[in-house]
Amino acid sequence: MLRILKSKAPNSCFRLTSAAFQSQRRLYADQPPPAEGFLPGVADSKLLKRTPEEALRNPELAALSAANGETEKMNFFQAINNALSTALATDETSVVFGEDVSFGGVFRATSGLAERFGRDRVFNTPITEQGIVGFGIGMAAVGHTAIAEIQFADYIFPAFDQIVNEAAKYRYRSGGIFNVGGLTIRTPCSAVGHGGHYHSQTPEAFFAHCPGVKIVMPRSPIQAKGLLLASIRDRNPVIFLEPKILYRAAVEEVPVSDYELPLGKAEVLKRGNNVTVVGYGTQIYKLENAIQLAEKHIPGLSCELIDLRTIVPLDIDTICESVNKTGRLVIGHEAPKTGGFAAEITTAVMERSFLRLEAPIQRVCGWDTPFPLAFEKFYMPDMIRCYDAIKKVTEY
Amino acid sequence: MLRSTASRLLANVRVAPKAFAPARAFSTTAPSFFASATDASEKVKITLPESSFEVYNLEKPSLELEFSKEALVDMYTKMVTMRRMEMAADALYKAKQIRGFCHLCTGQEAVSVGMESAINSSDQIITAYRCHGFTYVRGGSIKSIIGELLGRECGISKGKGGSMHMFSPAFYGGNGIVGAQVPLGAGIAFTQKYLDIPAVTFSLYGDGASNQGQVFEAYNMAKLWDLPCVFVCENNKYGMGTSAARSSASTQYYTRAGYIPGIQVNGMDVFAVHQACKFAKEWTTSGKGPLVMELNTYRYGGHSMSDPGTTYRTREEIQHMRSTSDPITGLKQHLLDNSVASEAELKAIDKEARKIVDEAVKEAQASPEPDLKEFWTDIYQPGSEPVMVRGREPGESHWY
Ligand SMILES: Cc1ncc(C[n+]2csc(CCOP(=O)(O)OP(=O)(O)O)c2C)c(N)n1
Ligand SMILES: [Mg+2]
Repeated sequence: MLRILKSKAPNSCFRLTSAAFQSQRRLYADQPPPAEGFLPGVADSKLLKRTPEEALRNPELAALSAANGETEKMNFFQAINNALSTALATDETSVVFGEDVSFGGVFRATSGLAERFGRDRVFNTPITEQGIVGFGIGMAAVGHTAIAEIQFADYIFPAFDQIVNEAAKYRYRSGGIFNVGGLTIRTPCSAVGHGGHYHSQTPEAFFAHCPGVKIVMPRSPIQAKGLLLASIRDRNPVIFLEPKILYRAAVEEVPVSDYELPLGKAEVLKRGNNVTVVGYGTQIYKLENAIQLAEKHIPGLSCELIDLRTIVPLDIDTICESVNKTGRLVIGHEAPKTGGFAAEITTAVMERSFLRLEAPIQRVCGWDTPFPLAFEKFYMPDMIRCYDAIKKVTEY
Repeated sequence: MLRSTASRLLANVRVAPKAFAPARAFSTTAPSFFASATDASEKVKITLPESSFEVYNLEKPSLELEFSKEALVDMYTKMVTMRRMEMAADALYKAKQIRGFCHLCTGQEAVSVGMESAINSSDQIITAYRCHGFTYVRGGSIKSIIGELLGRECGISKGKGGSMHMFSPAFYGGNGIVGAQVPLGAGIAFTQKYLDIPAVTFSLYGDGASNQGQVFEAYNMAKLWDLPCVFVCENNKYGMGTSAARSSASTQYYTRAGYIPGIQVNGMDVFAVHQACKFAKEWTTSGKGPLVMELNTYRYGGHSMSDPGTTYRTREEIQHMRSTSDPITGLKQHLLDNSVASEAELKAIDKEARKIVDEAVKEAQASPEPDLKEFWTDIYQPGSEPVMVRGREPGESHWY
């Protein structure tokens, strides 16, 4: 379902050499130092596409390899940057705004954009999240493309009303006269090693409860670029959650041309027959490692790993197809367990595949506590916990 | 009238907390500098420069003030101790012992020390995440502050929060969400009025935070109900990397409530801050309603420890502020000029501050990490929690 879009701008416009990126020193930032310790596995994950061939072997990118197979090494934030420059180059009505974005933002995801596209299209806002989103809604209601950044997902809550009551319901309220399809809210989320209460949360479940918005969380640079372009161009407001620990940790060969990856479509990352393992964002790497461990320790076990990518709309078909085969399901996410999105998946699977289930569905999530600073490593649904859950469903 | 309409809703308002035992550094050094009690209580007259205040819809406070020698030495001691403490935090962060976020108040010491000198423990303060200095002047020990930064058991929030999350009985924190504390300040002030306590609440926020909608919502409620609330914009010229002029349509922060009178103060001068806060307390507690106060100050370091602080402003600018407006140097000059203390005596205070901080750091470092059982405390009132808190995996649950 890949769409390849012709860019109006010269190609060079969004070809950022990685050298140029690397030369950009980390400027000021409300940013913790690079995370360490809590994310084993990203550096040698088999899921990251480290060569152009691997990158283009993805069937979703097949059409692309014929048209323009050029790739470039990018980390997650560079891929976001690349997608934003593609969006700015291909859509004259698109603007990028948020706190300090014209300087590159806390995580450098918007660096260089103001210089290339002008300060009237890439601009800083005051610290006013409710205002930022409300302003974006107004712009999108006119039909423009508003790409807002909320500096950390923890700061999206001042804008909660605007998202839930205004953005999500504009189309419905106006009987379709208006909509805010052009609105995309990007925001860095999830644990980073030592972010504490207000720099670590993953708020997808709050918004999943709200019909009218889509929610996306990519796991890697290739995914981030394709999903972000799709989110920006999707005709619904989209909350695009970027796991901040991956900004630097995840590196891939990313196609340089304009491509989209489908929203509402989960991806089966690894085939298997006995246990279905579902996650999104950073959690994918923990699940990958847990599966490796489980398959090593449990003879004959094979697990199927699914990345949801889009949380809403939920691709329940892909999950149930897998569960109908395996009979077992383990779901992992960082947000607390109670009312977490795993609960929704669990119920949806029960409704459709109840008689196929061989074991109770397992949820491996954060604790029902505020996100702790001192206890982060105890809070995280880490590899061992995921492994235990896989083991438990196989032994049930 | 306010009281009668609200009384039903507010039946459970608690009485303001009692005075907090002062931390060690407060008093130990000061008396030794004076030969006698009469010497210590001897008054020194200070005249503030005309430029100390700008006002909006009110009369300037008097430029004349008087302090005992002891009070002056106490202010000096607090300011140098605070700076030492922040320097220690800086070093601990660079040594990777403090992780995550750490926002220092170096350069802004006159704000918390000047404010504290003008109020008492029935007055309340609430601020944002740049909170180490306030925690200290409001009675938090250096050990408990450094301990919190290190994530240790002796931390003032049990090591569970870190830099942005510090509180003491007359200090409502330490608040990490930009602007969120401002309406809380109005609520705290309401309880003071409701209980007829002649006290004031200082609700602080930054120049960056001043643009959050809640700030204006709080202004309106405070004026509508004439609450004893002082909205204090600590204008240090930048909100992260954005200068005030690039974030705010008007940088005359003291005029931004329109219908609330305002005062702009030289926030690098501890005397000016003292006088303004004293004035503000008199104003608000005499039933005249809220005030907006802008304290012009400057942070020497970056926004947080990962910000070198030199990409959006020049090194010259920082150097210029340090050499012309440093709050500690300014106070020191007064102490020398008025023969309150000699150069050697002030040196001794500096040395003592360093010693106190070094000791506190050592003690904090020796404190263990919080016990794992603290993981699930302080989420609900003990005894009223859900029967269990769910863990990361099935079967892993904490039962209260
Ligand atoms: C709601 C919210 N948005 C954004 C942030 C990130 N942030 C933390 S501090 C800060 C700058 C605030 O500047 P200012 O109010 O001037 O305070 P200062 O740091 O100068 O003391 C920002 C944007 C946050 N903590 N909360
Ligand atoms: Mg500021």
